[in-house]
Amino acid sequence: MKILVPVKRVVDYNVKVRVKSDGTGVDIANVKMSMNPFDEIAVEEAVRLKEAGVATEVVAVSCGVGACQETLRTAMAIGADRGILVETDAELQPLAVAKLLKALCDKEQPQVVICGKQAIDDDANQTGQMLSALMGWPQATFASKVAVSAGKATVTREIDGGLETLEIALPAVVTTDLRLNEPRYATLPNIMKAKKKPLETIKPADLGVDVTPRLTTLKVVEPPKRSAGVMVADVAQLVLKLKNEAKVL
Amino acid sequence: MSSYSAPIRDMQFVLRELADLDAVAALPGCEDASSDLVDAILEEANKFASGVIAPLNWIGDQEGATWDNGEVRTATGWKEAYTQFAEAGWTALACEPEFGGQGLPKLVSTAVMEMWKSANMAFSLCPMLTNGAIESIKLRGTDEQKALYLPKMVSGEWTGTMNLTEPSAGSDLAAVRTRAVPQGDGTYKIFGQKIFITYGEHDLTDNIIHLVLARLPDAPEGVKGISLFVVPKFLLKADGTSGERNDVHCVSIEHKLGIHASPTAVLAFGDKGGAIGTLVGEANRGLEYMFIMMNEARFAVGMEGLALSERAYQQALAYAKDRIQGTEAGVRGGPKVSIIHHPDVRRMLMSMKSQIEAQRALAYVVGAATDMAHHHPDESVRAQSQAFMDLMIPVVKGWLTEASIDITSTGVQVHGGMGFIEETGAAQHLRDARITSIYEGTTAIQANDLIGRKIAREGGRTVKLVIAEMRRVEAQLSEAAGEEFSAIRKSLSAAVTALEEAVAYIVATYGNDIKSASVGSVPFLKLLGIVAGGWQMGRAALVSARRLAEGGGDASFYTAKIVTARFYADHILAQAPGLAYSVVSGAAGALALTEDQF
Repeated sequence: MKILVPVKRVVDYNVKVRVKSDGTGVDIANVKMSMNPFDEIAVEEAVRLKEAGVATEVVAVSCGVGACQETLRTAMAIGADRGILVETDAELQPLAVAKLLKALCDKEQPQVVICGKQAIDDDANQTGQMLSALMGWPQATFASKVAVSAGKATVTREIDGGLETLEIALPAVVTTDLRLNEPRYATLPNIMKAKKKPLETIKPADLGVDVTPRLTTLKVVEPPKRSAGVMVADVAQLVLKLKNEAKVL
Repeated sequence: MSSYSAPIRDMQFVLRELADLDAVAALPGCEDASSDLVDAILEEANKFASGVIAPLNWIGDQEGATWDNGEVRTATGWKEAYTQFAEAGWTALACEPEFGGQGLPKLVSTAVMEMWKSANMAFSLCPMLTNGAIESIKLRGTDEQKALYLPKMVSGEWTGTMNLTEPSAGSDLAAVRTRAVPQGDGTYKIFGQKIFITYGEHDLTDNIIHLVLARLPDAPEGVKGISLFVVPKFLLKADGTSGERNDVHCVSIEHKLGIHASPTAVLAFGDKGGAIGTLVGEANRGLEYMFIMMNEARFAVGMEGLALSERAYQQALAYAKDRIQGTEAGVRGGPKVSIIHHPDVRRMLMSMKSQIEAQRALAYVVGAATDMAHHHPDESVRAQSQAFMDLMIPVVKGWLTEASIDITSTGVQVHGGMGFIEETGAAQHLRDARITSIYEGTTAIQANDLIGRKIAREGGRTVKLVIAEMRRVEAQLSEAAGEEFSAIRKSLSAAVTALEEAVAYIVATYGNDIKSASVGSVPFLKLLGIVAGGWQMGRAALVSARRLAEGGGDASFYTAKIVTARFYADHILAQAPGLAYSVVSGAAGALALTEDQF
């Protein structure tokens, strides 16, 4: 059984991003980039399924600039067997990525696609769901537990107020939540082996996909600065302020 | 507690632009060290360092290692972290592929080692000492010893120790009294007591391989009568696994100023009939074998100085950006600002930052020279690199560690009163740094080695070649445009002239007045360190100007590098003429008093 894991290169979670002065986006020049943490969880889950003998091959896919090769190497150092880079300098929106992944699913025929539930840069939380729709496959999102056996997957999902367990037929799309697993630290021998694993580079055009953005970003602004607080004399005054000024009561 | 994140950008800059990683990766046997692989290794090592071992640094300091009836328990989390460290293959990074290592070059292991030491110095000592033991067995052990011990030491399944010091044999190892008695079957019984044995006893692994200096019954007096033995904590069974307990026992562990989590053991050999060991190499040549590894060990301790300075800087910087106190100088009634706005806090931070960057550059350049000395196909390049490395190792050891005491102390100062409070954590770096200028040869031992063996003995030949390189950089600086470059050039020029004067004095004086020359030895070591650091910062500034002119991006890093080089020139390099003065003129006052007059 083959598992496909899409991985996205995003601004590292430790970096405090700054909005560009012209308001067109955030400044990512010379900023530390890493694999989207939810995708790391996806890679880890896929590798665990392979180690458990459930999966036979784990293929990591990344869509974006040439530097996404590093992200694929990271995935291979965790244990993915090979990587595919769909290389483009164009801005990629979730629908475009879902279409690219659909083309790759048609080609690679994986039984499961495990993706992060969202990327920490745009927080779109759409690509997995769109891919599932495009493929006509079942989806199980926000997974906190995954068990795969004979043509089906049992997935525990994190939902408001509790957990929900689904059984879905394969092939299917699973998206990972934070508590699914704790990704391992790559070992030195695996980091070195990752350099020698196959990494194929293709272009969106090779897959016949038009990645032109469908959405236009109008403006990006910093969140408003928190203003100074005020001391209230007693509870009564607090309640009054919540009612009249904050208007939350 | 403070966190640690490796300064990967600066490491990459130094590796590529100053230490010439590409040239090292072109050496036979070093082909794996391509720049993208090295990037991946740095990234993953940083994850491990910051995620697993850095969080244990404070816990280790507070709990320390504890001794109970011969057993030593390491601090909470230590055993799990060590197991994870070994399983991830980090112990094998620089070891020979023949014994399960990855065989990566010294230059790469230097950068990774810096991370372990910054993250948690007390932790890092265990793999470091194991590496020393691995080297001794690899260089002089029999094939049987190599097969028995090396694979398990390289994989980290067992650790190693170096047993040199005894109560009356510290800096003077000629006084070693531990005895080795041949048993007639190729083994020896070892009797004696060793002190200051780092990780001499612990609960991390199920065997510990001790390398022990001892005297054979017929051995000549002094340094030429000391042999090296391998003595496992548990004797090995025929299948190579650990068997019966050997007669080496941990009598106690020391209560120290710093590195509390690293157990410093007193080991008793042979109290119950004799500890069984085997001879490494030839009889009576043990000390000579130790000297082969001395360079490696001294370099590593120099890296400890740098690593602790870096950790202290990261913590001080975070505090300086966070702590709000007072208003901007010259602004009346203005808003309260973080202390990084205050000129003297900036001076302190820049002093830390600029020295750290200069020291990292020098250390990595010496690391690259080690690879050149070992692997370059051209014999003359090997010899030249070896001479440079031999000259610079006592400088890396002495300067980086002495400076770390000042830099970590400045780190405390940046914190103000909070720095004096243990819970802040700034004081730990100072306490941990304090040992580095003492063990593996005190600064005086390094300085004696430097002025005697490395300079006077060859009439200053190698150091003069290095000075010629410094002059070349000075000439390039005079061609570069901008006020920063003229400031750097001016300071470097005066510093190199001061160094030349001091070298001339050492060469002229060492042979006929060794005492006078020796008084100046430690100032001379600092002088050479500071000037060599200035030489590297000059190179760094020139490369940065070139990269800026190319317009390839990362302008903020390169402009900061040029400003940092300028600060170094104005504040650190400017000390060189004063140090040279003390070298040349400082002996009379130091030697004149009689003992009674003190």
